[in-house]
Amino acid sequence: MRNYLNIIIAYSIMLLLIILVGIFQSWSIALTIFNYCMISAVMTLGANIQWGYAGLINFGIMGYTALGGLAVVLVSVAPVPEAWSVGGVNMMTCLGIIILMIFSTTYILKNIQKSNKRNYLVAGIIIVGLILIKIIAGPAIEQIEAVDPAKTGFLGGLGLPVLSSWIVGGLFAAGLAFIVGKVALGLRADYLAIATLLIAEIVVSIIKHEDWLARGVKNVIGLKRPAPYEIDLQTSPWFINLVEKFHSAKLDLANSLSERQDILNQLVIDASSVYVKLCFAGMFLVVVIILLIITQKALYSPWGRMMRAIRDNEEAASAMGKNVVKQHLFIFILGSAIVGIAGAMMVTNDGLFTPGSYRPMRYTFVIWVMVIVGGTGNNFGAILGGFVVWFLWVEAAPIALFFINLFTAHLPETNEIKIHLINSAPYFRFLLVGIGLLLIMRFRPQGIIPEKIIKQ
Amino acid sequence: MDLINAVIVLLNYTIIPALTYGSQLALGAIFVTLIYGILRFANFATGDMMSFGTMFAVLLTYYFQSIGINFGFLPTALLTIPFAIFMMILYMLIIDQTVFKYYRIKKSPPVMLAMVSVGVMFVTQAIIRIIIGPTDRRFLDGEKFILKATEFKEMTGLAEGLTIKSTQMITIVVTIIVVAIMFWFLNKTKTGTSMRAYSDNEDLALLSGIDPKKVVLITWIIAGILATIGGILYGLDKSYRPFVYFNNMLPIFAAAIVGGIGNPYGAFFGGYVIAFAEIFLTYAYKRFLVYILPESLEPNSLMQLLSTDYKFAISFSILVIVLIFRPSGIFEGKRI
Repeated sequence: MRNYLNIIIAYSIMLLLIILVGIFQSWSIALTIFNYCMISAVMTLGANIQWGYAGLINFGIMGYTALGGLAVVLVSVAPVPEAWSVGGVNMMTCLGIIILMIFSTTYILKNIQKSNKRNYLVAGIIIVGLILIKIIAGPAIEQIEAVDPAKTGFLGGLGLPVLSSWIVGGLFAAGLAFIVGKVALGLRADYLAIATLLIAEIVVSIIKHEDWLARGVKNVIGLKRPAPYEIDLQTSPWFINLVEKFHSAKLDLANSLSERQDILNQLVIDASSVYVKLCFAGMFLVVVIILLIITQKALYSPWGRMMRAIRDNEEAASAMGKNVVKQHLFIFILGSAIVGIAGAMMVTNDGLFTPGSYRPMRYTFVIWVMVIVGGTGNNFGAILGGFVVWFLWVEAAPIALFFINLFTAHLPETNEIKIHLINSAPYFRFLLVGIGLLLIMRFRPQGIIPEKIIKQ
Repeated sequence: MDLINAVIVLLNYTIIPALTYGSQLALGAIFVTLIYGILRFANFATGDMMSFGTMFAVLLTYYFQSIGINFGFLPTALLTIPFAIFMMILYMLIIDQTVFKYYRIKKSPPVMLAMVSVGVMFVTQAIIRIIIGPTDRRFLDGEKFILKATEFKEMTGLAEGLTIKSTQMITIVVTIIVVAIMFWFLNKTKTGTSMRAYSDNEDLALLSGIDPKKVVLITWIIAGILATIGGILYGLDKSYRPFVYFNNMLPIFAAAIVGGIGNPYGAFFGGYVIAFAEIFLTYAYKRFLVYILPESLEPNSLMQLLSTDYKFAISFSILVIVLIFRPSGIFEGKRI
């Protein structure tokens, strides 16, 4: 029990902070923060598996998040029949060509000795394939994008339930991680960081500019939701009755019947948004708990011990007969898949897919700060990191505003420095997160909740 | 005549812009490579440090303009370079003393330092945004063009015009001067040699009496000069926007690694490789081909290999390819 005391205290403080936001700002804001905290926690769990368990540095979190988001669009949006009829065949042919290219290249790489001939063959296949794709896909893409460009202009998805897209998001990310891992995992740590950062950037730029796939920067809005809609709740009698019961004391204070009705309407509107967010919170909590149980079990299994051995001394682990390369690839895929799930969760929560919003600052570096601050190698720490840093990231502006007002209270309202500072309050979040990271790295490099090795 | 026209088209739309962009990248890449070679970490705050120096140039340019100082037909920003460099170096040294020094003395692994530089990146970005804000700023004044397309057409009687912007000329000339002085310093002076020795083999350099503090100090000074000038040149040519500078970190890294990280010559060359690849692969060759091909073969499409949206993606793909086939870069990396 004593072992877990610091974890319990840290989590209680975090929950208390969120409850304080609920009391002082509003419950809707508190729940939004809570949901995002949980999405961040899932991302952090993924990154922590790679960095904390295996010491692999992955600066490409943004790419996997974006792929997870793409999965939501491709799975849950209803297909666009017109687009399929004008360009579906061509696009499918292209997909076939790509698969053919991959298989023939792997066949050549496996069966022909390393020589110039092999290199020319592979280069030839790639060039011929790309030219074919350009010729076949070019007109099809134009036609697809011309189908009602204001609303669709893309192939659409499969029209399946949105929750299944979370798994697909994980699979997409795992697929990308397999390719990236094959290519880049042999590199030294800081090269790996740069390579993954740039590969993620390539992935996002493809999602951004291939409009036929997911509308690119035109965004996909109105995605399906696994929770009820506010409008439906506001008109359903059971919900109004529930709100009425819940707030009966407050409603009884009303003087007249019409006033009572006004208060009730307002309460129903507020409650519907809180209810929807609670639904999401419940779903996310389930995901976080499942992942936490699995990762905890894995960490203390023989496999987890092997991963730590590989992390701490690669040569020794390799000498003991562990396949370091294979294990690195496996854990890289595993961690990325979890990040992909988080990406899908986030897009589901927002109800819209905005490729333009994927930026390395927000989706890679902030997540890394979470991992480092929370505690590398400790899953509880990772989740806490997600909560703490996201909370700071969101609440930094109000906190900064409070302090600016405090310190410039003696200055007149028209003072230029004061106005300038108040206008730049949102940017204090960078300062806060940066200084937080630097302080943690300096004085507690193992994070708030450090890694714990249970001796067996 | 058609051939000359075709060459002019290429010069105007690809070669001159690529040389300009390449020079800007090269300065940044040498900055990355110096830090990597001597201080031994990948500096993720590169773009923001360049942005920090440029910010002072922008602010001082506005100040100079307000009190009526200008530099004739050249941009006022050039006058502000020494002050901006001074502020940049001051900031870098403060950061080094408060942040990086601790890890250097502790001999932390490079990954740790890279992570710390992420923290520095956040802080620098915050300072920049709090001081100057995230908006787009132009601070170019003086003559905009050295040669205008219409003038060129009148002069030569060709159908195609050649435009040379003054910023393009300034960028190329300043880069050549700065890089030449820097290479002379690294190769011919005693301090430069000691820096190279320190980069090659730290222990041996310390044994032969090289003062590591001095090496680190000089490295940050050179880095500050390169970062500020690179940033100002980019800002003059395009515009100053903190977010864009942060993003520029990525092609700069690509340039440094493609050239062989730790090797300044490689970084210099890498900058141009990346710039030329980006521009040549995204340029629509239709106008060029119209001149050199016979009429029957005239292309009806744009003849563009990739859309300009993929500009960044190209440099990253080159980097990935280089990393797979020649991880030490085109030139042998890790030497200075």
